[in-house]
This record gives sequence, structure tokens and C-alpha cells, in this order.
Amino acid sequence: METITKSKELVSQEKTIQIAGSEAVVKCLLAEGVDLIYGYPGGAIMPVYDEFYKYQNELHHVLTRHEQGAVHAAQGFARVSGKVGVAIATSGPGATNLVTGLADAQIDSTPLVCITGQVGSHLLGSDAFQETDIISISTPVTKWNYQITKASEIPEVLSKAFYIAKSGRPGPVLIDITKDAQFGMMDFIYKKCTKIRSYTPVPQMELSKIEAAAELINKAKKPFVVFGQGVTLGQAEVELQAFVEKAQIPSASTLLGLSALATNHELNFGMVGMHGHYAPNVLTNECDVLIAVGMRFDDRVTGNLETYAKQAKIIHFEIDPAEVDKNVKTDVAVLGNVKDTLKELLPFINKNEHQKWVQKFKDLYQVEFKEVIDAQLNSNKDSVTMAEVIEALNKATKGDAILVPDVGQHQMITGRYANFNQKRSEVTSGGLGTMGFALPAAIGAKMGAPNREVVAIIGDGCVQMNIQELGTILQTKVPVKIIVLNNEFLGMVRQWQELFFDRRYASTEMINPDFVKIADGYGIRANRVTKREDLSGAIAEMIASKSSYFLEVNVEKEGNVFPMIPTGATVSDVRLK
Amino acid sequence: MQKETYTISVYSENNLGLLNRISTIFLKRHINIESLTVSNTEIEHVSRFIIVVNITEDQVKKIIGQIEKQIEVIKAYYHTNEESIYVQSALFKIKSHLLFDERQIQNIIKNSNAQIVTVSPEFFVIEKSGRKEEIEQLYSELLPFGIMQFVRSGRISVTKEEMKISEILKKQLN
Repeated sequence: METITKSKELVSQEKTIQIAGSEAVVKCLLAEGVDLIYGYPGGAIMPVYDEFYKYQNELHHVLTRHEQGAVHAAQGFARVSGKVGVAIATSGPGATNLVTGLADAQIDSTPLVCITGQVGSHLLGSDAFQETDIISISTPVTKWNYQITKASEIPEVLSKAFYIAKSGRPGPVLIDITKDAQFGMMDFIYKKCTKIRSYTPVPQMELSKIEAAAELINKAKKPFVVFGQGVTLGQAEVELQAFVEKAQIPSASTLLGLSALATNHELNFGMVGMHGHYAPNVLTNECDVLIAVGMRFDDRVTGNLETYAKQAKIIHFEIDPAEVDKNVKTDVAVLGNVKDTLKELLPFINKNEHQKWVQKFKDLYQVEFKEVIDAQLNSNKDSVTMAEVIEALNKATKGDAILVPDVGQHQMITGRYANFNQKRSEVTSGGLGTMGFALPAAIGAKMGAPNREVVAIIGDGCVQMNIQELGTILQTKVPVKIIVLNNEFLGMVRQWQELFFDRRYASTEMINPDFVKIADGYGIRANRVTKREDLSGAIAEMIASKSSYFLEVNVEKEGNVFPMIPTGATVSDVRLK
Repeated sequence: MQKETYTISVYSENNLGLLNRISTIFLKRHINIESLTVSNTEIEHVSRFIIVVNITEDQVKKIIGQIEKQIEVIKAYYHTNEESIYVQSALFKIKSHLLFDERQIQNIIKNSNAQIVTVSPEFFVIEKSGRKEEIEQLYSELLPFGIMQFVRSGRISVTKEEMKISEILKKQLN
């Protein structure tokens, strides 16, 4: 490798030992503190699996039922623990099955190291059995990738991989290792990578920008904070709370920012975006200073950019310089880790009150409550609403659980109605919107936070993508809880068909299997709720269970998620019905 | 915003796969690369990509941000034509007998400051370095006589402004 790095020696150089590349892979993982890895074996990665057998007391390998399950589980693990998630697969289809997870981790900034086996280097380019050019395939969806063809490269490349995955704005790294490199013998020395000369993970913080931001914030009459996952990734939850409290700034979260500030905090007014809360969406177009903290102005957050917060000065606290001015032009960009920049900012911020302005958020919440929330939580219809399920879950978990919603209506309802008291409590596929993410991600989340309750909330469509991971639960006995909200529809698509395609329900109605029987077949305790009066009891039983539990709830078939900002509309035109 | 020709210069570690990584940044945004040249630089182990695109300044700024994000990229810049000194090179293969039958060809070669790099009984090869327009001019003048082969290189350029890559590299490792 030509790249010049600086590193710290971990293992003494006095006596090097000759080992095989495959063993070196395991030793590198152990040196990086990895004790849990998700994967699926196959021909081109067998030498490494042979080492897993030898090292099984130090490195626990979780056999998922599909490589996609492995990578999503690694993501769930990383998201709750803040550590690098590791997944491993063989060449060819094993490698390509990781791609959705890589793309998901790339767009949602999840630190991952994925290792794939590859055909022997003499076969590269010969269309050998299970050969695929995973380096080219994964390039646009990885923060970095590299193909190792010599055993001697393994320690340096893997230490770089971990450093790149977790430093700065985190992301997925894929390392492809040819079979001959796994068999090859090498002198093992592990040096932890601490610097790469062409890579600046965290941009230099500029005091002048902090001061400029503080001046705008101090002068603001109607300041508004939108925070994203950058707060969680930067472990800046305390700093964020101190900042919004000192200046009494009403705040709202992106989908991935949820739980970075407690849901019941008096200044937290919920979620922005397409199905976010009414007040923060409407008032985005009324605030005079919009303070974006660790978020990237996704189109699902901003709606029409031409009319997004045009009246406001924009301050952007961000670690990735490429995000600044990408979608929304900023007046002050404060680069750096938000933990550092918010800490630096705090002394410059005047104590303040914005009572009238905060009251506006409260008033609009009342509007939303009357028009939407009340009807969802206290429905007079026969069928249970999704919101009622989340509300019952709030009561049973007291808001202390980690929730792992999949993608669609149930995801938006969870984002809107769930209570989060603790940080790192919401794991979902935001940027990529990967259906089938939740079941494997919840397995990883439970393993990454074994002392917390982990509940996957999944639609009947999503659960059938990656349903095979029930087998992973069976084998590992991981006590993860699963709620399937079954409306016998691909609900979100059906909602769009209803609203924008004159109810032409093309391929959204689902004839579903008996989910309870399936869960039962996998040895997982399972129950089904069809009536409102059974809901809270069933959820209480699920939460009380010491082992995994599968709860299907039959919900309203054609329920819609409101409020809603239709595509192309401005945020303040959020519809309540 | 008006589209303009920009020369993007990327200084990088010369690493396998980086060309792919950089070109996908353009592909993802449906931006056509007009010319691309990769070469060594005055600094050991450091490569330079010179990429010519016709896009808006807003687009080129975002592209630079995405390129600089790549791990092996040391620094990326963009310049307008006015801010850089640039040339391209072209080769023309022509039938040898024309050199004697069509006397005008000799004048064209002389007036365009082109050079004859090789002559054989069957063909001769003219090399011309310069701006794209100058090469196009020569092309159009030679076309009526018949061109057996024509090839034009990507743009190479140096900037009027100083790049300070060595300083950046030194700072990074300290």
C-alpha cells in the first residue's frame, strides 16, 4: 500500500510470529476490541472461519440466515453501542448480499467493517466460481474499500479500516481478501492506525464561526433547533441539551436524531419532515434563525428547497464539509464534531427566554392533537390503530426501550408517538429506507445493549423481507421482542396510491401467512392481538417475557399517517388530513 | 446559474481504485467528464488527476466537496480557464504521398506550429500541442485531404496560483 499512515504499536515488535493471513484477520479483530461478529461462511472465506473455530472463546460469531441479515445486525449493534459493527461473508453472492447494508450504513453514517472472501489472486478477472468484483460494486456505497492480495497487508489494512470506519463522519468499509492471502504466511505485528496523511476526519474548529453563530443566536427572536444523528454519533446529547436549555430554544429532531434529546423534554417538539409533527414543520418557515445540529437537510426533512426556511438565517453545525451548502445555503457553517463545537459555543450564548415563540409550538401541538393525535390514540373505530400500539408500548416500557422500527407507516408512527427517555434508543433505516432492516438490526441492537429492552416494530410487508432471521433468534436465543403491525397492505405505498393515484391499489394488498405459526415454528413465543381490549395485556406479557417474543397486532387496514408534507410541497403546507 | 468549463485538479495518494471512486462521483450526478488525465506529480507517491467538466460553479463546488471526502485525496481544487495554463496534445496520421502531392499541407503544418514526429513510406504523423480550438482548427484544415487516424489527449494544466501540497502533507502527519 502506498498510503502513508501513522500508527501506534499495539503488539511489541520484539518477537514476531509467523502465522497465516486467516489467523491474522482474527488477531486484528481482537486487537480492535471486537468480540462479536455477524456472518455467513462460504468457500472463499473458509480459512478465516477455521480460525473462528479455534478462537471461539474470544470471538463470538453469530451465524445469521442471510448475509443481508449479518450486515443489518452489525448496523444495529453499531448504532446502539457506538462501536464498529463487523460482518463477514464469502465472495460472489455472499459479498453482493452485503451491498444493501453497505448502502444503508453509508447514507446513515454507521461505522462498519465488512470482510469478504475473494477467489485466489491468480484467478482474479477470470470469472472464477463465485468471483465478483465487489470492490467496484461497493465503491459508491463505502467510505473506503480495499482488496488484499497478500497476507502481509492484512494488519495494516485492517487497522486502517477500523480507523476510517469510526473516525470523523463514520461509515462502512469493505475489505476483500483473496483466498491465497488468507492462506499465506506472514510475520504478525499489529499497529493501531491513528492518522492517514490524506484524510482529515474532523475539520478544524474556527472560533470566529462559533462567535458568529452565537451572535445570530443571541439576537434571534424566534430561534429553532433541528438536530440529527450527528448529535448521537458525536455523543453530544448533554451539550445539545445544555445549549437549548440555556437559550430556551424550541427544538425538533430528524428521524435519526430521535432520542438524542428526551421526547418529554419541555423544549422538544417532536420530529420534522414529511410525516413529522405539525408545529416544527410549520414554524420552520417562521423562525428567524434555524440552527441545524448534526443533520444534512435530507429532502424528506426540507420538502421543497425553494421555499424552505427562506426567511431565516441558517447556522449549520456539521462534521462533514461536503454537507455544508449541499442542499440548504448556510449563513454560518460551524465545522467540527458537534460535541466540541456546542461545548465551545455555550459560554457565548446568553441566557434567554422565548416564551411567546415557544408558546406558538405548544399552540400548534394542540391543533395537531385535536386534528390528528387524539383520533389516533382514542380511536372510535373497531380496529386498533398503529399509534395505539406504540402508546401501549410507551406505557409498558416507560419509554426506556430501544425501538427498532422498519420502514413505512409503522416507522413514521413510531417516530411520531414513541417516547424515548434514553439516548441511542431509536435504530431505523433513515436515508436508504431499507425494508427488512428491523428484524436483523434488532438482533444486533440487543447484542450491543444486552441490558436494555429491544423491541422491533415491523410491518407485515417488511417482516417478510429477512424473516429468515427468526432462525438467528432461535439459534442464539437473543431475547429480542418483535411487534408486527399487520394491516395486510404495504401501507405507505397504499397511502400514496390513495392520495395521489386515485386509489389504484397496484400490488399493495398482501395475502399473508400465519405469522404466529411461523414464529412458533422457530420456537419463539408468539401471540396475536385482534381486539383493542387485549392490546395492553399482550404487550405487558411480551415485555415481561425473559426470552424472545413475537406479537402480531392486526391494525386498521387503510389507516393513513398524518400530518403529511406531499412531495414537492413546502414544509409549512403540511397537511393534517 | 451559467455553465462554464472548469479544470478540477485532484492531488491524491496514487492508490488502486481511486480513479473508480472519483469517476463514480461524476456518474452519480450525471455529469459528463470532458477529459481526464492522471499523472505523477513533483511529489513522490502523489498523483494528480486533471478533470475537465462543463458545469455550474455551484455544481463544481459540491463535486470538490465529495472528492475531498475520499480517504486518499489530499486536496482538490477547481479553476476556470483564465486561472490556469493548459494544453492538450493531438496526433494526426496522414498518407505520405499527400505531403508531396498536396503542397498546401506543408504550409498548414508550418503555420499551425505542428511538428512531424515520424515519416514512413505509407504515412506520416503530425503532433500538435495547444488549446482545444487550435487543435480543432488544424483538424478542420487537414480533413479535406483525408486523415487516417486522429487522437487527442486529455487536458494537462498547471495553475497560476500556488498549490502548497507539500505543506499540506507535512501538516497532516504532525
